Amino acid sequence: MNNSMRQQVLTLYLSTSALDSRVLGWSIYDGTGKNRFTTGDNNEAPYETGLDALLDGWRLIQHPVLIPPYPGEEYTTSFMKYGFVFEKLEELDA
Amino acid sequence: MTDKQYLLTSKQMAEFVARGFLRFDELVPDEINDKVMRDIDNDAIKGSPAGTPLSRCYHGSAIRELLDLPQIQGLIQSLVGEDPLFDHDAIHVREPNEGKAQGLHADSIIDLRSHFDIQIMYFPHDVPLEMGGTLLLPGSHFRRVNEADIAAYQNMRGQIPMICKAGSILALHHGIWHCGRQNQTNRRRYMFKLRLNPAVRQLRLWNTDDLDEAYRDHQEIFTGPRGRGNVQDILSQREPWFEEASGRLEIVNRIKLWRFLTGDESFDVHYWLTRLENMPA
Repeated sequence: MNNSMRQQVLTLYLSTSALDSRVLGWSIYDGTGKNRFTTGDNNEAPYETGLDALLDGWRLIQHPVLIPPYPGEEYTTSFMKYGFVFEKLEELDA
Repeated sequence: MTDKQYLLTSKQMAEFVARGFLRFDELVPDEINDKVMRDIDNDAIKGSPAGTPLSRCYHGSAIRELLDLPQIQGLIQSLVGEDPLFDHDAIHVREPNEGKAQGLHADSIIDLRSHFDIQIMYFPHDVPLEMGGTLLLPGSHFRRVNEADIAAYQNMRGQIPMICKAGSILALHHGIWHCGRQNQTNRRRYMFKLRLNPAVRQLRLWNTDDLDEAYRDHQEIFTGPRGRGNVQDILSQREPWFEEASGRLEIVNRIKLWRFLTGDESFDVHYWLTRLENMPA
């Protein structure tokens, strides 16, 4: 492994299970240490859809699994259902 | 008994049911805000044991003056009854130039009741954007999550940073997702929070004079927004962060709470539950 590479992780919470559906929520963690993101720091989504993140060079590393509702819990809402995880590898500045 | 003019209207109650909060800007006069700030500085705000009737709390203090404002009395009575129980209070402090915000969370633990507690958040001084303000996510109160399980969500469409003038009040459903935003100023930020439990059945406690017979009639089914004209419209408005499918379930959650609060077990919004309940013998 190239020790000068660092991972940036982007999670997009989408409107449906389709990668090209609308971004509803997002989180970013930057392993280069250049940026520090935190709760409530931006009201503007980084991308309009998940596909837009791919087009911008992010690599999809996790796709949400569709789980049928548990019996008796069909109308219960809880966590965001469609969290897609992306990464970029960035080289640290020399 | 609070004068009826100070009770919430049915439209305000529908807003609370739909979005999980009500906001009242600059409700508390500066005279009380100044006294509360002095009490904070002097560590003079004293709560009570959990379960104490609110009428027996805070005697002789600025917080009592705040609670005795007729608008606050009307708000409390409409949501949790005339003399709810004191649960706990807290002075939330965000230190100057913090490195990060608090993680998103819902208070207490996972809560399955239709009955609800309220949390009054009181902002005794101005809160500009750079000072943070409490962040809240409208419409998140029905989501069954346990406290900080949701801390991974940094930003959501439609989130509201509470930027306000001194004396502003939020009344929150206990389940609302929120956090303290990062304070990037050189001053401490304060927010006083008070949690109240109902001591009576939460049934038509507000001013229901505006609920006529026609308000519950089935309307033409639609999917797009129509403004916030009546109770059914208010209950059917989606939040910007609702998923396409789960957003429909959120409207069902609202219908169920409205039924609970009105005792009207066949009330519906745009036929969502009537369709499911139609099972001819």
